[in-house]
Amino acid sequence: MAPTARPTTAQPLSPHLQIYRWTWTMAMSVAHRITGTALYGGTALVAIWLVALASGPAAYGWVAGFFGSFVGKLILFAYTWILLHHMLGGIRHFVWDAGIGFDKTQRLGLARLTLIASAALTVIVWAVGLLAR
Amino acid sequence: MAQFNLPKNSQITAGKSWPAPAGAKNLQTFRIYRWNPDDGQNPRVDTYLVDRDDCGPMVLDALLWIKNKVDSTLVFRRSCREGICGSCAMNIEGQNALACTMGIDECKSPDNALPILTRKDKDGAIRIYPLPHMPVLKDLVPDLTNFYAQHAAIEPWLQTDTPSPEKEWRQTPEDRARLDGLYECILCACCSTSCPSYWWNGEKFLGPAALLQAYRWLIDSRDENTGARLDNLHDPFRLYRCHTIMNCANTCPKGLNPAKAIAEIKKMMVERAV
Repeated sequence: MAPTARPTTAQPLSPHLQIYRWTWTMAMSVAHRITGTALYGGTALVAIWLVALASGPAAYGWVAGFFGSFVGKLILFAYTWILLHHMLGGIRHFVWDAGIGFDKTQRLGLARLTLIASAALTVIVWAVGLLAR
Repeated sequence: MAQFNLPKNSQITAGKSWPAPAGAKNLQTFRIYRWNPDDGQNPRVDTYLVDRDDCGPMVLDALLWIKNKVDSTLVFRRSCREGICGSCAMNIEGQNALACTMGIDECKSPDNALPILTRKDKDGAIRIYPLPHMPVLKDLVPDLTNFYAQHAAIEPWLQTDTPSPEKEWRQTPEDRARLDGLYECILCACCSTSCPSYWWNGEKFLGPAALLQAYRWLIDSRDENTGARLDNLHDPFRLYRCHTIMNCANTCPKGLNPAKAIAEIKKMMVERAV
């Protein structure tokens, strides 16, 4: 057998993310990563709120004022969705760890459910929160 | 950290448009990745027009039609033309598939795509690239050396301590049935090269194809090396880089489910530890 011909120039890398068609499961996996990273920021918000609570009325009043403002509410609304989306993604992974939910319709259904249910739960949490005030 | 963009020598430049076949009425456009190791140029994407009335129904038929009638320099692997050799695996309209079992009409209507993130060419062209994130040898031919080495690394053969029986190793029909959905793998590499984890960690993560084969030997009732096989996989990368993205199961042209096989291996890891 003749020796394998070596290319004269460095082999290029074939395109990947640039060309691969997005699937539901792939998109929700990426969303799980992004929301997981964003939760660092969300946890910081909780920490800021707790530190302010411990520091006294002046600090708490300032922080509570910010969270109560339009921008603050917007941030908290986004944080609610991020938290719920990541939580549902975690439950999805828990189901998979049991070895179920892998069939074609199941994996597609679970991916869609993560997005739809997280959006619905966010609205419910805020509706309940605003009505109970 | 994963590198999301392509290295300089891999970025795709504009290619040439090949002339339409004379007298053709029913045309289908194809955009096909080209790279020639001998000319020192970057990869490019060429545009071809195929006469559907003169061409078979499959993507492989179109590639052969182009090679025979338009451009004989187009290079791709193919052999059996019936989905059993795995040679013609490539990326067709954004998803990995066998060109011989993917219909020209079928590939334009994906059933698991996310519509808002699915890009289509305005002229309805079918885009064909080599298997993703692989070193390219020429045009649509990737270098699968690492992929095959990973298959070898899981030692895909029967391993036993007891002396061989006089005839064959016996197995009950039930035990044999557990290999269904695993033994059918043709090692076409569609799954592994569809996996973002494999893209970013292909040197260390074994990838769905090799792990499906690993599971095929782990649950074979005749194999007696299960413990050592699991030891070999107990590694943050080899097995656990699977993050259940499921591109593997979505793309497998044989309808197999590597993601489920990997989950079963992870379960075996837990079960032997508790």
